[in-house]
Amino acid sequence: MIPRCLRIEERREETPDTFTLKFSREPGPAADFAPGQFNMLYAFGAGEVAISVSGSAAADSLVHTIRSHGLVTRALKRLRAGDYLGVRGPFGRGWPLQKARGKTLLVIAGGLGLAPLRPVVYSLLEGKLRPASMQLFYGARRPQEMLYRSELDGWSRSFDLVTTVDHAAGDWSGRVGVITEPLKSAPLQSDQTVAFVCGPEIMMRFCIQVLLGRGLAPADIYLSMERNMKCAVGLCGHCQWGPNFVCKDGPVFCYADIQHWFGIRAL
Amino acid sequence: MKTIAGLLREHPFFRDLNAADIELIGGCGANTVYPVGEHLARENAPADHFFLIRSGRVAVETYLPERGPLCLQTLHDGDIFGWSWLFPPYLWTFDARALDEVHAIRLDGKCLREKCERDPRLGFQLMKRFARIMTERLQAARIQLLDIYGQRPPLLDDAP
Amino acid sequence: MQDFILQADDLNQLIQVLITRGYQVHGPTLADGAIVYDEIHAASQLPRGWTDEQDKGRYRIRRRDDNAYFGYAAGPHSWKKYLQRPRRPVWRAQKATGPMQISAVVEAAPAMAFLGVRSCELHAIAIQDRVFIGDQFRNDDYVERRAELFTVAVNCTSAAATCFCTSMKTGPEITLASDLAMTEVLEGDKHFFIIRSGSYAGRKVLKELPLKPAAQHQLELAQRAVQSAREQMEQGPRQFDSSDLQALLYRNYDSPAWDAVADRCLSCANCTMACPTCFCSTVEDTTDLSGDYAERWERWDSCFTGEFTYISGGPLRADTRSRYRQWMTHKLATWFDQFGSSGCVGCGRCIAWCPVGIDITEEVQRIRALEQV
Repeated sequence: MIPRCLRIEERREETPDTFTLKFSREPGPAADFAPGQFNMLYAFGAGEVAISVSGSAAADSLVHTIRSHGLVTRALKRLRAGDYLGVRGPFGRGWPLQKARGKTLLVIAGGLGLAPLRPVVYSLLEGKLRPASMQLFYGARRPQEMLYRSELDGWSRSFDLVTTVDHAAGDWSGRVGVITEPLKSAPLQSDQTVAFVCGPEIMMRFCIQVLLGRGLAPADIYLSMERNMKCAVGLCGHCQWGPNFVCKDGPVFCYADIQHWFGIRAL
Repeated sequence: MKTIAGLLREHPFFRDLNAADIELIGGCGANTVYPVGEHLARENAPADHFFLIRSGRVAVETYLPERGPLCLQTLHDGDIFGWSWLFPPYLWTFDARALDEVHAIRLDGKCLREKCERDPRLGFQLMKRFARIMTERLQAARIQLLDIYGQRPPLLDDAP
Repeated sequence: MQDFILQADDLNQLIQVLITRGYQVHGPTLADGAIVYDEIHAASQLPRGWTDEQDKGRYRIRRRDDNAYFGYAAGPHSWKKYLQRPRRPVWRAQKATGPMQISAVVEAAPAMAFLGVRSCELHAIAIQDRVFIGDQFRNDDYVERRAELFTVAVNCTSAAATCFCTSMKTGPEITLASDLAMTEVLEGDKHFFIIRSGSYAGRKVLKELPLKPAAQHQLELAQRAVQSAREQMEQGPRQFDSSDLQALLYRNYDSPAWDAVADRCLSCANCTMACPTCFCSTVEDTTDLSGDYAERWERWDSCFTGEFTYISGGPLRADTRSRYRQWMTHKLATWFDQFGSSGCVGCGRCIAWCPVGIDITEEVQRIRALEQV
């Protein structure tokens, strides 16, 4: 399958090495996506990279937040509004929004991990997601490296929001410390809670330990995994993780289903 | 041939603890040797033991998928390792790996917990010592976090 | 289904009939001291009278004392190179003032006939069919090339020391469908093939060959020949029980066996290239010097390469130990969860073509033995 060509409408810098591209999507169900899915973004001649969709599923545009560190993402970084890029997708299994209905939903994000979870927040704000309540926990390295800072204040008026950084800068008056600490005292009933976790694997590992320690069942914890991807359709073999293809069995997994594999190093 | 109690007496952690208490604790102990590369603890494994390092170095590590094991701190003779056995769910948070051949006194955590519950006075003596070590480790970890030897922390407008 | 006799001297007619019917015929031939698959135009190009001697890290061809056409086992090539091409163009893109123009490359596939497909190879093709055609997304090039395929399967009448199809339940007798199936018989001065068709296309080809009905005693000769291949393997050192491999490997991700094999494995990827079921691929995006024209190509890849699992920060399988473990557990265990069967057909190519002679059947036994400890 070949990429379709979309025009960048807007480009915004989030942090020094992270930027967000917004491009119009074609009308019709082919472009619908579920929160947690990803697209393969193609920079002309450079290649493709798997990036989670991080905008609203209801909007007319596709939004992707990208950190530049390799050949393809650096090529995407050079694009400006009016330029074109190729898009294949959406692919993968997204967050099980229906599982959160009537429950306390914990959305736990670390660093760039907030990008694949932002569509979940938008679903809540749009009334599509009906948890009994939602709490967002967001940990980042430093305040300057937090995503979507301008939106966070607005969000805190709609649901409980805890942000924390590892290192503070001069004007940060918020929490400093690891994200697992506020998780330990989050108000919840363990059998009425569902958690969506996304961030560096080590952060997810420690957060999941806290959640299990608080009595959540493995079946109520969902996480988003990242692996090397080339084809995104389960044929190239790169994203294999035990028996799972992260591109089609994930990237969102129920912890109960992959608990065994999660604990094996260098799998 | 020294007894466990004898070895405990030599270790700085138990300095000034009375002889009867040391004998009691010694009953929970065994003399152990870990060859190079072997793990004293593994993340998420049951944390059943408390170690007093007599000789050799131990690396406290965590595993990063893209980088492999990352050493957070090294411990040496005279140090103690492990307090996950104090509080449920009694699981190790980190890995601990022998960098040299490590000689350690290994105390059984469940045994120690039971003795402390039965004799709160002994429990308090042990807790005081743990609290001091934990305070020192926390202070050290905070200073480590400052990254004091690096250049000034990068600012927002630094070129990438 | 009726069995016929085709005299050995008439084998060439089979090839000519296939060519006349528009097939590009591929079969075994001698090249560079090995029996490889290449396009053939006559029976004289077949490795008549040759066999292969194989063991761990060893492959030699040797003259037989008869003139059998198919008296060898498995060479360095598998049929996979014709169906899942080692390199193929996927799309072309042209920069424009507006949106870039991207067009898929669709290359017409020739109708191919494979002469001399072993039972293990039929299983391997079926396994790759499941990978490339069986799910939501398909390899369109594979689908194209597979659609017109004509297979002339051949029952094995001798086994190489590296063969273990009996352990993997994939041979030596042909049980899967093929257009034609043959067994070669040499008895005294008699040299013929038992041949039968397995499809409409196969029947049409048979009609054009000089055949006689097969007699019972001739069928028995053929059966005995295949049975002797079976016995060779069952009595050999590579016979083992494969019924519990998935569970065995799932229990043993931490086995010391992985450390032992990691000391020997060079991560050279030979096994994945020789293996008829390994399917991993990667993509190459290139531009021309102007930067206005780009192409994407897809080519074979191997899980043994250092960058196979690279994500920002580094590769997730950074050492040989984890990469060898990935290959073997995928082949023998996780393949079941993904595709409903084992990924291994017991052809033994990985054993012969490993430069340090790692033997997957030995590694299974080592894991089993270490588990008892």
